[in-house]
Amino acid sequence: MMLEIKDLKVGFQNEVGPATDVVHGISFSLGKGETLGIVGESGSGKSVLSLATIGLLPKTAKATGEILFNGEDILTMSERELCKLRGSRIGMIFQEPMTALNPAMKVGSQIAEALRLHSNISRADANAEALRLLEMVKIPDAKRKMHSYPHEMSGGQRQRVGIAIALSLKPDLLIADEPTTALDVTVQAEILDILDDLVTELGIALILISHDLGVIARIADRTLVMYRGNEMEQGETERVLRQPSHDYTRKLLSALPRRARAGLDVMAPTTLGDSV
Amino acid sequence: MRHIAQSLVGLIITLLVVSFVIFLVMEAVPGDPAEIILGMSAAPDTLAALRSQLGLDQPFLVRYSNWLIGLLQGDLGDSYTYSTSVSQLIGERLEVTLPLTGLAALLSVLISVPLGVLAAARPNGLVDMFASLFSQIGIAVPNFWVGLLLILGVALTFGWFPAGGFPGWDAGFWSALNALILPSIALAIPQAAVLTRVTRAAVIEVTNEDFVRTARAKGATPSHALWRHIVPNAMIPIVTMLGMQISVLIAGAVLVENVFTLPGMGTLAYQALAQRDLIVIQNVVLFFAAIVMGINFLVDALYTVLDPRLRVRR
Repeated sequence: MMLEIKDLKVGFQNEVGPATDVVHGISFSLGKGETLGIVGESGSGKSVLSLATIGLLPKTAKATGEILFNGEDILTMSERELCKLRGSRIGMIFQEPMTALNPAMKVGSQIAEALRLHSNISRADANAEALRLLEMVKIPDAKRKMHSYPHEMSGGQRQRVGIAIALSLKPDLLIADEPTTALDVTVQAEILDILDDLVTELGIALILISHDLGVIARIADRTLVMYRGNEMEQGETERVLRQPSHDYTRKLLSALPRRARAGLDVMAPTTLGDSV
Repeated sequence: MRHIAQSLVGLIITLLVVSFVIFLVMEAVPGDPAEIILGMSAAPDTLAALRSQLGLDQPFLVRYSNWLIGLLQGDLGDSYTYSTSVSQLIGERLEVTLPLTGLAALLSVLISVPLGVLAAARPNGLVDMFASLFSQIGIAVPNFWVGLLLILGVALTFGWFPAGGFPGWDAGFWSALNALILPSIALAIPQAAVLTRVTRAAVIEVTNEDFVRTARAKGATPSHALWRHIVPNAMIPIVTMLGMQISVLIAGAVLVENVFTLPGMGTLAYQALAQRDLIVIQNVVLFFAAIVMGINFLVDALYTVLDPRLRVRR
């Protein structure tokens, strides 16, 4: 297994009193080329789980358990080792494309920076590769957009830049934390398609975090349902959505609009997102 | 470019308004320049003759426009108490004040930016504690007192720097610069104290931005993220504060130049005020105002360099 998380617990220290636990013992594993969907409402610990996986938990957080990435425990790695790992082996896409890019830096440079941080390639080569990546995520007029600043782009385009950065070094694992939440519905579908295609093409394992079952149903092979830091259930996406074994999953499903729920019964999960 | 042209026009209009206000205030200040020049016991007809020679018998607006025309031609009139032209007087004094304030501004940036950034990198760390102690003391202590301490503690004890006076740039670059070191430190420390605080706060605020997390997720080390992503985005409040501090710096120069007996604009303003040399005061005040506004104009132009979002789209 490429990624194995065993009994991960995360707590946040308070100034006084005991720590606040936000993740209470989550376990799952993920192989190459697989897509795991993590679904749950706000505050269920999804984002903390993803930050722990890339080793970016805030200093006030304390994590126990094991996060084995290709057999090595991320929780015991030094900052130096983590810096080498982040970006090159594990990529991450964040929720807010409007704020996730440096406003004072051209997007081309932000992509090229990711490449230059991990290899000794020249500036010219990095820029050429950045251009190729922008084209890969289907940014129109990519050559000109290389010299654009984030504020000159739409939300969807910025999120594509975010994907280009995360995929620039062809990581083994990509974590996408609510990548489409801040976007228009039509743009959501495009972004999900790009993600799905690239993950298949490059053989990358993907963790897709969302509060939206429609999004999860669209591309996840397996699904983990979380509630208040606990695992509610885990299994093949189709099974979880069609025959939920836990009450909370049933509640999540019943919270979907009726048409989408009807779609779950008759349509293949991969086309579900369109009807949400 | 349009933005810069607009603020340039604004700058000129403001300067006009400021010059008018200065002229109006000078008009209201008691004291007759002719009487000051000739003394209290001068005969009335001699006074009247001098008044008409100085153009003082003309209406207010005529005198105001004469002053403006003179300003444009570089002719600021003659001092009542120094027997030279005001423009020459200001020119000589600027040779002290400009290097002094420039050096002080440079020093305050060189102290405060690294200190503020390193303090923000590890809040409550050792550097942060030192920085907060430094800014507490620096803000509390007035610059002329720092000057006195430096004279006593450094100049008189070690003799590395002169305790006061200015040999002039003709005496050699290094000996002239040497005379400006302690005064510029005295001027810089209170400024650096304020700037350290602003820098620390700005850097801490930017540290929590999403794009910093993105940079870290790319594999950026903490120091790479700090200097490449956080600091450039924290520069706007720092530069704003620096621009505002320049006027404080010039005001501080008046005091510090007097403490170190430097023949600068500050001592000139102080002595002219004491001797009611109104024409000198009027021009010096306008000059200070013009410098402050010029700096603000530069800061404004710098914003568009620092933050691409502020560039006006054509």
